[in-house]
Amino acid sequence: MEVLAVLIPVSLFLGFLGLGAFLWSLRKGMYDDPDGDSQRILDPRYDDKPKPVTPEEEGR
Amino acid sequence: MSYAPARPSACPACDAAPAAEALAARAPLPGARLLLSVPAVHCAACISSIERDLAQMDGVNSARLNLTLKRLSVDARAGIAAQDVIARLDRLGYEAHEMDAGTLSMTETEKQGRDLLMRVGVSGFAMMNVMLLSVAVWAGAEGATRDLFHLISALIAIPTVAFAGQPFFRNAWRALRAGRMDMDGPISFAIILTLFISLYESLLSGKHAYFEAVVMLIFFLLVGRYLDFRARAVARSAAQELAALEVPRAIRVSGGAEATVSVADLAVGDVVLVRPGGRVPVDGVVVAGQSEIDRALLTGETLPVFAAEGHVVSAGEVNLTGPLQVRVTAAGKDSSLHRMADLVANAESARLRYTTIAERAAAAYAPTIPIVSLAAFVIWYWISGGDLRLSMNIAVASLIITCPCALGLAVPAVVTSASGKLFRKGLLIKDGTALERLAEVDTVIFDKTGTLTLGTPAPTNLDQHGPEVLAVALALSEGSSHPLAQALARALRDRGLVPAALDGVSEVAGYGIEAQWQGARVRLGRAAWVGATPRSVTAAYLAIGAQTHAFTFADQLRPGAAEVVAALQAQGKAVKLMSGDVPAAVGDLAARLGIADWQAEALPQDKAAAITALHEAGHKVLMVGDGLNDTVALSVAHVSISPASALDAARAASDMVLLGRDLSPVADALHLSKTAMRRIRENLWQSGIYNIIFVPIALFGFATPLWAAFVMSISSITVTLNALRLK
Repeated sequence: MEVLAVLIPVSLFLGFLGLGAFLWSLRKGMYDDPDGDSQRILDPRYDDKPKPVTPEEEGR
Repeated sequence: MSYAPARPSACPACDAAPAAEALAARAPLPGARLLLSVPAVHCAACISSIERDLAQMDGVNSARLNLTLKRLSVDARAGIAAQDVIARLDRLGYEAHEMDAGTLSMTETEKQGRDLLMRVGVSGFAMMNVMLLSVAVWAGAEGATRDLFHLISALIAIPTVAFAGQPFFRNAWRALRAGRMDMDGPISFAIILTLFISLYESLLSGKHAYFEAVVMLIFFLLVGRYLDFRARAVARSAAQELAALEVPRAIRVSGGAEATVSVADLAVGDVVLVRPGGRVPVDGVVVAGQSEIDRALLTGETLPVFAAEGHVVSAGEVNLTGPLQVRVTAAGKDSSLHRMADLVANAESARLRYTTIAERAAAAYAPTIPIVSLAAFVIWYWISGGDLRLSMNIAVASLIITCPCALGLAVPAVVTSASGKLFRKGLLIKDGTALERLAEVDTVIFDKTGTLTLGTPAPTNLDQHGPEVLAVALALSEGSSHPLAQALARALRDRGLVPAALDGVSEVAGYGIEAQWQGARVRLGRAAWVGATPRSVTAAYLAIGAQTHAFTFADQLRPGAAEVVAALQAQGKAVKLMSGDVPAAVGDLAARLGIADWQAEALPQDKAAAITALHEAGHKVLMVGDGLNDTVALSVAHVSISPASALDAARAASDMVLLGRDLSPVADALHLSKTAMRRIRENLWQSGIYNIIFVPIALFGFATPLWAAFVMSISSITVTLNALRLK
């Protein structure tokens, strides 16, 4: 049972990590256009390099 | 809501003449960000073609299309106006409308949506972590381990409830202060009581704690709340932004000087100048100038009316060809436009507040939650002979099981699914209850001009004229901004004709256009002016020397109009046509569409009265209209739809807005609303049945936290899946 002393903090830490990732993605506006993002994956424009950041997205 | 004269883009006729206001609106803003609504986009190709094309446009830094909201945001240099982008999109084949520039920053609704989504996320992650610990307890953790797990659960659950439960607590407090009882009251009561009892139990190393059930309840209810919010807020904000409000202005002429003033500052007796393409801001009498005015939005008449000195004009009409000076007889509150607005306000306040099926279900169900758990408490207290802890535990178990997890999802899940489907078809639902009201409709009343038709005339007898006549007609019509001339020029251009060479082209305001061609005088305009005999249908007349020709026009049918009427009749609805236009035009259209029941020359009050009479006879009416003359009818009707090209007052008064040009989504919407209502009823029954099965289990004291978690998740999932079944 001593292993619990390690496992519980680890699981809590992972939980907070997940929550942090969710809040980060929410603030970055990643849920603003789910339909568009699912279609943009088919767009060949950004295949070779990452999509340039627009000023609008930078401001978030 | 504003009843101010709409911006020119709201009226088809004004598009013909670049209005003075439109030119003024082009005044460059430094580094403008433009927002446009593009209703027709739907695919990856739309995104890349629009973004790529606009990126090549001069002065545009970047463009980004949001496919979910069908909204285009353009980052442009100073000097680029929305009209330029709209014209460019039009060439690409996409219809676009400008949205309010005040939405440059994140709007209030978006903030609220993110706030709710954040609470959903926090409660979701808390639920997962608490559930991990609870599974260990259910699997058989005993003694000190169980107590530790319970306490860690409490450590996660209490801050989560304090943060994520706020929307429910706020609503409950508001309802309590107002002396009302709604669903949030019992929910907040259940959440707080369960949390305290569970904490108490954990401290006393009790067997059962309901932390995971509390957090799960909050999570599922928040999901329902978020769906509900999004379905309504997205639609509402888009409709508001489409109806970008304009400060009504007028040009006052005093002592030869012109000054732009607010309409509110005008007094009776002032003289205002109305430029061609501009909207008449007041009721008045023409004192100087000659022109033709378009009254389509006020009365539904398609044919422009001649106006000269002494003629009476009303606010909201559009001046077409020549500048007019108008002496004000009524401004502001007294104008005909404002009287119409008052009628709408009266109709809206008279319209009974509609109680939705969700509200009825909640009202019936809300009191049962505290009653059931109180009964459980009292009975077990009596049976056990005063065991407070045992009876409290059973009361809490029945409280958490009766809590309407699935009920909170039952309606929003279906409404979200249905409105998403309709939005993809091009119909925006502005009012949350509209879908429900739509399902009850048995009679559909259409307006003619601008609704069943596009409100733009098209020439019908071009083949009866020789090529020379057409070449002259084209050359003359290109010099005019009159809607008939513009329609003629467009149709002739499309035929690939080359305009004849003319000399000395000049427009005679209110009459037509005149020039010299091969030594003869040619005129295109009104019958009397060119020396032709007037016909009974809408027509423009051409004189070459002494010879006259008539070009007849008919209003173009809106795409999908015939299909909609046929589909509605096939669904067994009564279809009627009511228009302010002359009987000949209305009867002709009714015959073409197969509508037997039609009425012409209907005043706004007539339309509203007809709808009220139908309601009194027990019918439910769907009104589809676009003009100012329809606004009263739109607000009186059980449910109403207006096209995006409608005047903002009409759009504001209606429950749904048709985004594209096509009318066919109306029939789909009626069909879909019926299916959606069936799903909602099924969902309510489902969540009811879960309660009927599990409440007795809780009352007999057999319910464990595992049971509560199981019931809650399984009922929520079945309800959601049923909503997704909607086709």
